Amino acid sequence: MLIKLTGGKVIDPAHNVDGVARDIYIRDGRIVDAPEPGAKVDQEYDLRGKLVMAGAIDLHTHIGGGKVNIARAMLPEDHRPDLCAATDLERSGCGHAAPSTFTTGYRYAEMGYTAGFEPAMMPVNARQAHMEMGDTPIIDKGAYAMLGSDDLLLSLMKDGVDQRVINDYVAWTITHSQAMGLKVVNPGGISAFKFNQRKLDLDEQAPFYGVTPRQILKTLAQALHDLGVPHPLHVHGCNLGVPGNVQTTLDSFAALDGLPAHFTHIQFHSYGTEGDRKFSSGAAHIAEMVNKHKNISVDVGQILFGQTVTASGDNMSQHRNAAHADPSKSVIMDIECDAGCGVVPFRYRDTNFVNALQWCIGLETFLLVDDPWRVFLTTDHPNGAPFTSYPHLIRLLMDKSFRNEQLARINTDAAGLSTLGSLDREYSLYEIAIMTRAAPAKTLGLRDRGHLGVGAAADITVYTEDADREKMFAKPNYVFKDGTLVARDGRIVQVVWGNTHVVKPEYDPGIEKVIEPHFRRFRTQRMGNFKISNDEMCECGHGSKLHVHDCTHGRKQ
Amino acid sequence: MSHHPPESRHEVPCSFCGLLCDDLSVTTDHGRVRIESGNCPRALAGFDAANRHLEAGASPSIGGKTATLEEAVAAAAAILGKAQAPLFGGCGTHLPGMRGVMELADATGGTVDHMNSYSMFRNFHVLQNSGWVVTSLSEVRNRADLLVCFGTDIGSRLPRFYERCLWVDDTLFGLGAEDREVVMLGQPKDPLLATSPGGRKAEVLACRNEQLGEVAQALRALVRGAPVSGDAVAGIPLADLARLAERLKAAKYGVVAWVTSDLDFDHAELAIQSACDLVRELNAHTRCNGLPLGGTDGDYTAHQVCTWQTGFTVRTRLSAAGPQHDPVALDAERVLAEGRADALFWVSSFDPGKTPPAGKRPTVVLGHPAMRVDCDVFIPVGIPGIDSAGHLFRTDSSVAVPMRQLRDVGLPEVADVTAGILAILRPAGNGQAKQEVRAC
Repeated sequence: MLIKLTGGKVIDPAHNVDGVARDIYIRDGRIVDAPEPGAKVDQEYDLRGKLVMAGAIDLHTHIGGGKVNIARAMLPEDHRPDLCAATDLERSGCGHAAPSTFTTGYRYAEMGYTAGFEPAMMPVNARQAHMEMGDTPIIDKGAYAMLGSDDLLLSLMKDGVDQRVINDYVAWTITHSQAMGLKVVNPGGISAFKFNQRKLDLDEQAPFYGVTPRQILKTLAQALHDLGVPHPLHVHGCNLGVPGNVQTTLDSFAALDGLPAHFTHIQFHSYGTEGDRKFSSGAAHIAEMVNKHKNISVDVGQILFGQTVTASGDNMSQHRNAAHADPSKSVIMDIECDAGCGVVPFRYRDTNFVNALQWCIGLETFLLVDDPWRVFLTTDHPNGAPFTSYPHLIRLLMDKSFRNEQLARINTDAAGLSTLGSLDREYSLYEIAIMTRAAPAKTLGLRDRGHLGVGAAADITVYTEDADREKMFAKPNYVFKDGTLVARDGRIVQVVWGNTHVVKPEYDPGIEKVIEPHFRRFRTQRMGNFKISNDEMCECGHGSKLHVHDCTHGRKQ
Repeated sequence: MSHHPPESRHEVPCSFCGLLCDDLSVTTDHGRVRIESGNCPRALAGFDAANRHLEAGASPSIGGKTATLEEAVAAAAAILGKAQAPLFGGCGTHLPGMRGVMELADATGGTVDHMNSYSMFRNFHVLQNSGWVVTSLSEVRNRADLLVCFGTDIGSRLPRFYERCLWVDDTLFGLGAEDREVVMLGQPKDPLLATSPGGRKAEVLACRNEQLGEVAQALRALVRGAPVSGDAVAGIPLADLARLAERLKAAKYGVVAWVTSDLDFDHAELAIQSACDLVRELNAHTRCNGLPLGGTDGDYTAHQVCTWQTGFTVRTRLSAAGPQHDPVALDAERVLAEGRADALFWVSSFDPGKTPPAGKRPTVVLGHPAMRVDCDVFIPVGIPGIDSAGHLFRTDSSVAVPMRQLRDVGLPEVADVTAGILAILRPAGNGQAKQEVRAC
């Protein structure tokens, strides 16, 4: 079937196209060249006067895995005001902070998002993450495996093995947990917490193993670089949420010695200790360093006011944060010599000094980082706010007067300490398209997503331009997923099952001589039952396709 | 029936308790499965029951009369098609089976509950009220230097727990089997199950399980250094409790474990919550973790799937207004006893003895092939991990184990049956129904 999207104003930063009216043709789920004159168009959408972008990609959203499901189970009160009934098309479920899997897929698609990546997949819990993502319709999925506090990596580092052995272990883990990348969370800290340590600084030796977070960061960043994994190491640094952690974050940038890395939810790692309350914004320092160092990218993890739930692999930090839980409950877990997790419900209040300043710090970061290719739009769903608040966040970035109206409502001490009111920058639609489409596709190595060139997957979102950017981005007119019209005016019209994206870096199979005994001697699952096969992935995901991405393209060997 | 020569498999996961041990060696011979390694009583019983129907055969029936699978599926669809308020109970199945049950319940506005909810909710109430600090089996294996069994011996329910998680010398940080201590509080059935390989017996501080909440609160007070009056709590000398409090404080990685089905008294959730409060208190200064144990008949799997698909755990009605969760009113037994269900769809594929509650209402049973049950429609289905591949969640909930198909004796999958029923109920299908339901 040939579909023609006629005359829309195309914003496609991957091809330097900014608002040029043109026709787009779709056949078999892909964008194709204009057909020969006279070719039969089966379906045409008149998009004259409308804006056309690729489907949006969320590169950091907690949508699947044990901690997300704990959050759901813990918070029936959060679901009850936002129940979703089954329809002829949709399964029932619930929305808000920890939405059900089906609702997650529908709501992302209704907003014009066509892909989301789970950033903290514990290898031992990878099956659950894939099961939940498998029950998340429409959007494409993928996940980053989490290493850095697992006892095998730490013992290999303690033994001083060659970087090549680490590389093999990393590649093996990514391959057999079916991941798209690698994340490190509080490097060494989750392990240290199991030894009753409550803080682990960048150059502090982890208990028992004697390795430092700096060494872990460097080793894992090097591994991904050597393996040619497109997305560089995804870093959740030390001392999350601790005033003064901006220095740790700046030191962590430097620790990489120029190796590429992505620092996630940077807002939570940009806190200074100035002022009477010993809590201040470090956003300017962070932005300055990001602007200077092209090897670094960040996503913000913007907080927005209201009820949410925080879910993290960083149980050391979450145990500390549990004192602020609202409602007052939390789950803290040590998990399988692999990692841990912590789930703490949270209500961000605009009247609260700390929360209000966190809000400012996130926005300052967005506005002070110059290059939209290296700063990504996230709320670290649901940790800063549910993903459904993205249209509101986009308006904050694009509309200075709206932003200043909001700034006038927050805790005045926080507003007074922030430079936000003096920042005039307003993001353009082109820049929004970069940070939500072209840039995430580029950093993830999704060569056929995030753009509208011939050969791209037809993940396409069509908007009606509106000065109220929140309204505009909340309900696109049309959303196409792999060429199928899935949402119209913010309502689902067809349900498809998106693809799962993975990478399979090469490794020496001899590494299993190291890994197998670790499982047999120390763990309670055998290595053979840990590995997730490709067949199993397809079975887990309603028959959604497994896309294996190239690990060497454009990388130094 | 398989006509292949006997086949041996190794590292086979076992589906008959929450440990889901994945180190079994199993031989399959003409459909007969036999464990070649170990002597776990629960595994042996499960495998034995799996062979019981082989000679007599197992076939679908309608009103007690043998029927074809197609006829039985059609009869089940007729029952569900007429029902206004069907109840999906039992839910003793694995991931693909539970996905199928959920889809059918969503299509028919049904209520979903699991046969073990009475026990599981003792934990869920705590999870929803205060949360907890907990750990998982491999952490216990490598780190636990003090295990406190809270109203249980553990081993009667999870026979290989000590062998796999405690009496281990080869550990990451040099902790050996004899370096660990076990203390049992309450009424453990058989404390000798926790005797170490070197012969050290568990210490028992006996009280009625109903009084465990008091004991945990006293321990918490002692840990905090708060005064506790009297000479004894629940009959346990205060000096013994004070000594235990000191040991918990001194332990590098204490673990407080309970098995919900052993805490079988009213409002046991309050006792569990007190244990969790004790654990939280200890974590102010040292490490200590809860360890909720249980997990039979696919209960944790049903909980996980229902939770991610609807936002709520079981005891949820997929009503026209969206999922309605009520841990009291939607208890399956209560729904049936109060006549609030006009059809029962019961799934129970692990244990032939887990039949639906007695009572008169149109009933469809998807059961273990050796199950004998009086119902309107009976469809024998594959046993997870023997006839049917698909995942189960382990007792510590972080690990999903891929169960294998060890034989093919012609038993249908739960998901195939639910898909067949759905195809009849919604012949036009929809975006969801068109999706192929497959094993996972």
